[in-house]
Amino acid sequence: MFPLGIYPYILGGLIIGVGVSFVYLTTGLHATQSSLFSTTISYFSKIPYFQRKTYLDSREWRLYFAVGVILGALIYTVIVSPDGFWTTSVQWWRLLIGGFLVGFGTRLSSGCTSGHGISGIASLSTTSLYAVITFIVVGIITAHAFQFLGVTP
Amino acid sequence: MNNKNIVLFIGGLFFGLGLAWGGMSKPEIVLSFLQLTDYGLILLMGAATVTTLVAINIAPRFMKKPILGGDFKPRTRVLNRNTVLGAIIFGIGWGMSGQCPGSALSSLGIGNFPVILGIVAMFAGAYVMGRFLG
Repeated sequence: MFPLGIYPYILGGLIIGVGVSFVYLTTGLHATQSSLFSTTISYFSKIPYFQRKTYLDSREWRLYFAVGVILGALIYTVIVSPDGFWTTSVQWWRLLIGGFLVGFGTRLSSGCTSGHGISGIASLSTTSLYAVITFIVVGIITAHAFQFLGVTP
Repeated sequence: MNNKNIVLFIGGLFFGLGLAWGGMSKPEIVLSFLQLTDYGLILLMGAATVTTLVAINIAPRFMKKPILGGDFKPRTRVLNRNTVLGAIIFGIGWGMSGQCPGSALSSLGIGNFPVILGIVAMFAGAYVMGRFLG
């Protein structure tokens, strides 16, 4: 069940939880991920959907948050990681098409693994619980379908 | 850089560090969960959620307001057709590529540059959603 052990997963989760909790206790904001796409597009698109007030109010801090996420992973790679820099072997077409569906789906659903998954369930939101169950079940089915078709990894 | 942005930047550092430490910056590890060979993702998500759940639900009993002002408001969303339809579409993209928004950003930090393609595609997907269904 846990070929790589359980300790990095639990430690990683605790570190994420401390970061999200720190942001909430300090600012009352939910440090979630997928809204970044819509709030950043508001800098470039005049479409009313992107110019809504909640996006304009949060677009700046979401950029700082995103830069932090990237640098946090860089810190891990430079200081902690045993394998250093690393490149995926998932094919480009999966990253491209999958990425498009992730961007589209998370915004349609108003949340992703962090918004519905961590902050939503931590907020005891039943909506988020249903969303999480849905994307985990669909994700498992999809991953198995690709595996069945002989696509690896 | 105002105080709020500094806090969010630090929160982001923790988030990215945790994702990378827990292996989620690697689409392969996310996929190994979705292929049901390594259940680590549930442990990571569970540990993050329980920690946050304690903070969100206990803190307001001891603190009136967040330290920098504002209000404590749990994150709530209304359940509708789009929540479920969006989650299904996200699940297909997730199961196909092993990427989600946070893990893709953190993947940049471990030097996984092909993921730039995925991130650009996520912006495109968010744009198309807002343009045609927003």
